[in-house]
Amino acid sequence: MSTPAPAAGGLTIMQKRTLWAWGFLSVPILFYVVIRFYPTGNAMVLSFQEWNLLGERTWAGLENYRVLLWDPVFWQVFRNTFMYLLLGTPISLVLAFFVAYHLDQVRFMHGTIRALYFVPFMTSAVAMAWVWRWFYQDVPIGLFNNALASIGIPQIDFLDSTTNALPSILAPAIWAGLGFQIIIFMAGLRAIPRSFYEAAKIDGVSTWTVLWEITLPLLRPTIVFVVVLSSIGFLRIFDHVFNMTSANPGGPLNTTKPLVLMIYQTAFDSYDMGYAAAQTVILFLILLVVSLIQLRLLRDR
Amino acid sequence: MTTADDLTIRPSSEALLKAPAPPKRRNMGQLIRWILLFAGGILMVMPLAYMISTSLKWPWEVYEIGLIPEEPTIENYTYVLEDGRFFSWFINSTVIAAITTISALFFDSLVGYTLCKFRFRGRYIVFIAILSTLMIPTEMLVIPWYMMSQSLGWLDTYWGIMFPGLMTAFGVFLMKQFFETVPDDFLEAARIDGLNELQIWWQVAMPMVRPALAALAIFIFLGNWTAFLWPLIVTTSPELYTLPVGLSSFGDEADVAWELIMTGAAISTLPTLIFFLIFQRFIIRGVVMAGLKG
Repeated sequence: MSTPAPAAGGLTIMQKRTLWAWGFLSVPILFYVVIRFYPTGNAMVLSFQEWNLLGERTWAGLENYRVLLWDPVFWQVFRNTFMYLLLGTPISLVLAFFVAYHLDQVRFMHGTIRALYFVPFMTSAVAMAWVWRWFYQDVPIGLFNNALASIGIPQIDFLDSTTNALPSILAPAIWAGLGFQIIIFMAGLRAIPRSFYEAAKIDGVSTWTVLWEITLPLLRPTIVFVVVLSSIGFLRIFDHVFNMTSANPGGPLNTTKPLVLMIYQTAFDSYDMGYAAAQTVILFLILLVVSLIQLRLLRDR
Repeated sequence: MTTADDLTIRPSSEALLKAPAPPKRRNMGQLIRWILLFAGGILMVMPLAYMISTSLKWPWEVYEIGLIPEEPTIENYTYVLEDGRFFSWFINSTVIAAITTISALFFDSLVGYTLCKFRFRGRYIVFIAILSTLMIPTEMLVIPWYMMSQSLGWLDTYWGIMFPGLMTAFGVFLMKQFFETVPDDFLEAARIDGLNELQIWWQVAMPMVRPALAALAIFIFLGNWTAFLWPLIVTTSPELYTLPVGLSSFGDEADVAWELIMTGAAISTLPTLIFFLIFQRFIIRGVVMAGLKG
């Protein structure tokens, strides 16, 4: 379309098409400006202000950030948030790869087995938080402790113990996301050209060498994708924690409280909007830094 | 550019059964592998099996470990649905997820199409600007959204729950990628036939990206159906809760009737599970498409 031809109304075809394009984009652009960009700026400005939702927004400078840095609860929450990430991502990555690698080579009832692993991904975190919460209850209510009792093992305190609560909440989060990661890994494995494997077979290379020298290196883009996505997921964990510890959100002595729950409580329980906004800016920065580091480490090597 | 079909994970299991059998000496290893994978899969669905089994149990049997209820009953479902709350939450979730899905599909594909098929100055900036919103976590936006809703009277309304989800940047990106598979010749031919740009998009281009639209629809619907944080913040009256928020509100109640909670959890999970069982292959392909594109 490089030949501008004059058309009715004095506009060239190109100009008309440009008008169409901006017409198509007008409502979406308005949406992105009002519902995405303006609020982003607003949150950043608010993080430098004091506001309790009713009175005036007053300027506070770096006060919110200063308070945050000296808040022991914040550091506890910071640790928890990274615990979710540092436990959750490697565990789910290894499990997902293990299942995908073997499932890829299984033919009998392949679709059914795949579906079994995928089904938890289709559930709502809130509903599943209740199911797992029930599993974790003490005797005589909880399934796990009932099962332990029936074989004579003393009951385990899952959700009310400072050491067990975080892993107990993490387990359903890993469980729910595993199916998605397995599917992505299997797609990645499928995308590796068969000829590589055939060549290796002719050369008589061992299964392990094939895995380390062919499969994993060629799977790098998939691994990057899964690691970044699952890290972002674990850093933003909220639904599971909120619903499994809702009698005491954040668990015993805040030992399960992640950053998003702290944000929620600061904003909508204490109405300390400026302080909450500062926390959201920190969350944003953490997500940004973690994603950039991972992309760098895993991609350019 | 790979096409949608290249991304299919596996041909159907029927076709795979006809594939040549693996060498004999590896049969034992294969069998162990199969048994372990199958056992793992059963373990994966156990929480769901227990949820459904408990929702079918009478109160006196709830704490039995047995998976099969001795006297299955739908009493819990009748009770929960007659209570009315779950019924209205179910309706709320369905209506909200349906409307946001339709809106997001419409706008995401319109924007994706425009950014893919039109050449005009500023196109790249618009694309980058929309894409950059993917990096902004929702958690950062909920506080300003709440303030905005408060001053505009959107708190505690359907509209208030829905407005943030009317368009998605991820959908724009996905649809832009897929419109690249639509040859320009088709659009040009339609233009010569005298169709206007809106008609070309809707009548010519849209039908050609149906698989992508279906995949995106599943993602957006599932996302809205299970959404929790924003609906929790924006709603205060129980009649307006969505299913996740309604279910979550039981956390405050001291005396938990687990069989009723499990029934509620089943009501908010079974629709997506049934949907999955019907459209299984389709959904998994959608995950792969979205995953590889995203």
